[in-house]
Amino acid sequence: MTSISQHISKQFDNDLENIRSQVLAMGGLVEQQLTGSITALIESDLEIAENVIKSEFNVNRFEVSIDEECTRILAKRQPAAVDLRLIMAVIKTITDLERIGDEAEKIARMAVRLSEKNAPKAYYIGLKAMGNLVNHMVHDALDAFARMDSRAALSVASKEPTSDDQYVAILRQLITYMMEDPRNITSSMDVIWSARAMERIGDHARNICEYVIYFVEGKDVRHISIEEMEKEVNS
Amino acid sequence: MLQSSISQMSRNDMNQQEEQQRNVRTHAIDPDIINKPSNRAMLDNEKICIEVNNFSFYYGHNQALKSVNLKIPEKRVTAFIGPSGCGKSTLLRCFNRMNDLIDHVRVEGEVTLHAQNIFDKSVNVSELRRRVGMVFQKPNPFPKSIYENVAYGLRIQGIKNRRVLDEAVEKSLRSAALWEEVKDRLDANAMGLSGGQQQRLVIARAIAIEPEVLLLDEPASALDPISTLKIEELIYELKSKYTIVIVTHNMQQAARVSDYTAYMYLGELIEFNDTSTLFTKPWQKMTEDYITGRHG
Repeated sequence: MTSISQHISKQFDNDLENIRSQVLAMGGLVEQQLTGSITALIESDLEIAENVIKSEFNVNRFEVSIDEECTRILAKRQPAAVDLRLIMAVIKTITDLERIGDEAEKIARMAVRLSEKNAPKAYYIGLKAMGNLVNHMVHDALDAFARMDSRAALSVASKEPTSDDQYVAILRQLITYMMEDPRNITSSMDVIWSARAMERIGDHARNICEYVIYFVEGKDVRHISIEEMEKEVNS
Repeated sequence: MLQSSISQMSRNDMNQQEEQQRNVRTHAIDPDIINKPSNRAMLDNEKICIEVNNFSFYYGHNQALKSVNLKIPEKRVTAFIGPSGCGKSTLLRCFNRMNDLIDHVRVEGEVTLHAQNIFDKSVNVSELRRRVGMVFQKPNPFPKSIYENVAYGLRIQGIKNRRVLDEAVEKSLRSAALWEEVKDRLDANAMGLSGGQQQRLVIARAIAIEPEVLLLDEPASALDPISTLKIEELIYELKSKYTIVIVTHNMQQAARVSDYTAYMYLGELIEFNDTSTLFTKPWQKMTEDYITGRHG
């Protein structure tokens, strides 16, 4: 964990603090969307699903306003070193957060369709565990961001391969259902789309962790294996 | 209600100010930092032009440079940054022994130019200053014509041939990106040029005698933003021919023009690194604090 001393310009401190808290507020909203969409899916709760779909624009609004704020700081302050890395990490993080919001919206839409089709629960009960996993990943990634903790970020990122495995397992299961009876194909495809969305959310959470590591350690750990990432963070 | 919140605010301000002053006072150099190697730049593929070895400099009893070790690579731009009084200008001026002109100064250690110690008794100081040219913060053209300003150094060297002088003046003014602006009025008094033009004229004068090294002490701090950009562009052009060392208070300028940057504090070299690393992921916490505006 890093602690950062204050700038001579208090206004600059305030600006950066404001951006960080806005990212966390946006993250909170995205987390809420994600939890809602998973509940809607597993419990076929249409009301929650509609809420998730309706409030997606709030996430987009956050993205635009934080982006503007970052541009303003870049223009006015020409940040360097840790400040520059913070701004870069924020700009990238909010893109991934917005995408997580999009995926949550997709899951909510699938929840509506699956409940309309009365698809058997057995089809998508496997999504619960995966949903919980990626939900935790997003939560912990934001926590690592809030605490500027590169080790916590590393531990979240190392869970991403598990979400990939779960996706493959769900895919196999659904292929079996489809082969049993072709009338299951439409519902099965919706379940697969949901699982796919969750898998993507896991990827986005890992990306956010990579930005946290970049911000704290100044090391670019994108596109490398988890083992290499561990080496970079521990070196 | 409003009143009380205002007084609350001013109290906060005062507390912040006090805190800031405390921070400034407590920023003495941590011995751990000194023990960490400050030289982080990879110079394996560079030819070294100036080498500073265990170099200390005293104004009377006051030690301005404390055992500095530094290698300045050839045909690159090296920037010195640091708060006022950190010794960066002192170090720069040592490179052509400009500090000889000040009484009661003393040096320890050595500074070599292409492996020759410039403080050696056998060194001819005028010859050293021909090889190591210098440009100051305020443009200081001679009260003569533009032409004579540039030709001055060559005339002192005894060159009288008008054709040789003409060629050298044109070449230098072109190199200093001034030729197009003054070619029709070479006989006009140099004092009539704008500040930015005067500074480029002084650079032309410095390069007319074909030095190896150009020392620039805050060359753009008295200029407007456009003239500053012209000087920076010029520095970029000139580094293909000369080794350039620049002292600047403008950190963005150091980030823009230099290949290597040295951060100094209280007469110590804290960090010497390639510029892009120093401004994105500095090695020392102190450097980070300075370039991000946290103390200094």
